[in-house]
Amino acid sequence: MMSAVVELNQVCQHYGKFQVLHDISWNLQPGEIMGLFGHNGAGKTTTVRLILGLIRHSSGELKVLGGQAHDAKIRQQIGFLPENVMFYPQLTGLETLQHFARLKGAPIGQVEQLLDQVGLTAASGQRVKAYSKGMRQRLGLAQALLGDPKLLIMDEPTVGLDPIATQSLYRLMEKLRNEGTSIIICSHVLPGVESYIDKAVVMARGHLEIVGNLYELREHAGLPVYIRVRGLNGRELAHPAIDSRSQLHDGWEELAVRPDARLEIVGQLLQQQPLDLEVRPPSLEDLYCYYTEKAGAVGVAGVQQ
Amino acid sequence: MSQIFNIARKEFSDGLRNRWMLAISLLFAALAVGIAWFGAAASGQVGFTSIPATIASLASLATFLMPLIALLLAYDAIVGEEEGGTLMLLLTYPLTRGQLLAGKFLGHGMILGLATLIGFGSAAVAIAILVPDVSLGLLISAFVRFILSSTLLGLVFLAFAYVLSSRATEKSTAAGLALGVWFLFVLVFDLALLTILVVSEGKISPELLPWLLLLNPADIYRLINLGGFEAGAQGLGVMSLAGDLPMGQAALWLCLLVWLGVVLGWAHLAFAKRVG
Repeated sequence: MMSAVVELNQVCQHYGKFQVLHDISWNLQPGEIMGLFGHNGAGKTTTVRLILGLIRHSSGELKVLGGQAHDAKIRQQIGFLPENVMFYPQLTGLETLQHFARLKGAPIGQVEQLLDQVGLTAASGQRVKAYSKGMRQRLGLAQALLGDPKLLIMDEPTVGLDPIATQSLYRLMEKLRNEGTSIIICSHVLPGVESYIDKAVVMARGHLEIVGNLYELREHAGLPVYIRVRGLNGRELAHPAIDSRSQLHDGWEELAVRPDARLEIVGQLLQQQPLDLEVRPPSLEDLYCYYTEKAGAVGVAGVQQ
Repeated sequence: MSQIFNIARKEFSDGLRNRWMLAISLLFAALAVGIAWFGAAASGQVGFTSIPATIASLASLATFLMPLIALLLAYDAIVGEEEGGTLMLLLTYPLTRGQLLAGKFLGHGMILGLATLIGFGSAAVAIAILVPDVSLGLLISAFVRFILSSTLLGLVFLAFAYVLSSRATEKSTAAGLALGVWFLFVLVFDLALLTILVVSEGKISPELLPWLLLLNPADIYRLINLGGFEAGAQGLGVMSLAGDLPMGQAALWLCLLVWLGVVLGWAHLAFAKRVG
């Protein structure tokens, strides 16, 4: 097995007497896209700051690209796109990237290529203060890609991006993954990233709730699978794994079934020759809610769920 | 080392872009030429009087201006980066906090040094050209000492600005603290020293008082510039103590350099401690 790009082993972090991370262990392999999820205050930001070498962990083991996160040689191989990225307003887009390229030790020739990649060539001579939020975000992405990083960390990268730019960001993520770049993405837009991540880490209150791919998360949660079927016309269906059955519009019905019996039930339903059938496994959002609620995390209204 | 130059390069080009350097150079040139020709107007003389008198007047002015300009130039060096949202991003780059601070110091120092050289240097050139039979040797040595020491004084206050900027959580707080530092060293310190002199009525050892001047970099600067001439010790206020100070020019320069080293070290420590 290739050595992990990021490896956390029982990592704890204290701020004075306050412990913000409790025994966090997971790893990120080369060419993997990992989603790091959790509510505000779950410990995502602290984890990212540790990986970036901005703070030192209190205990446990943390390796980034086989070394220490604060080592300059390691940092040179990390690209970071912060949430709401900001730049010097008085510099143009081109000057901004040139400045950061010099600091990264990246070839200056890469700057124009990256500006082109994020669609900012025409605006490269404008001062950043005239940029829209989306343009700033794209400049931030170009900045993160300077020096072809082996590890790319993006915090809410789609904020401010229109749907087309968002899609092209996701496609770029896939392309980078195929080239061997490992990516950590923190996002609250779960449906958007669901089909792109290889692995998810869900955190709540500084604890690791679960780590695994989507299938593992589903298996572990055991949430019902929803089967929508049309044209049964009220025919009887008897299976102990069907938890509920409800009528929808236009002859559609929805069955909530236990995940381990879903294939068997779908087989039964097909024998009834329905007009249409859809299977909806628990989404990333469903799983996220399940794991964070299980941990007693704080909900939208600030009330413990 | 290249990272320090990269940061310095940006700070310097910022200084050119926002016309800081131009403004400081013009201000210094105008004031220097004005003082050289009209400095003695109060005593009924118009026109260039003498090099020592000109340097003495310029040094008095620079004692006020250099610290103020240095503090204004750099008070937001760190806290401004944080408020602007760029500090965290910078710190994720292969760049240590020490390199970031050193780069800013080099960039700001170049702006200050060049502006001082251009501004005051142009006054020296004007004197050399317009004043007949001025001693060029004395003029050059006096202005070289004046420009170098003024820059050094500015550098000390740049370092103070980094301390404030590293400790302040908001830019406005840093600006207030910068004014406080300026008041303390440029106005309050000498007044306090004079008060001690008067109130103590000779109870404090007269040998100790002159040494207290070394606690203020602005006073060391004045000592360097006023003490460089035979008639230099004729200064007013606390400067009259200077005559009792058994220190040569070299030692005074060293003191100012020590100030710079200590305050820069303090700034580095304050920045290292800052959560960013």
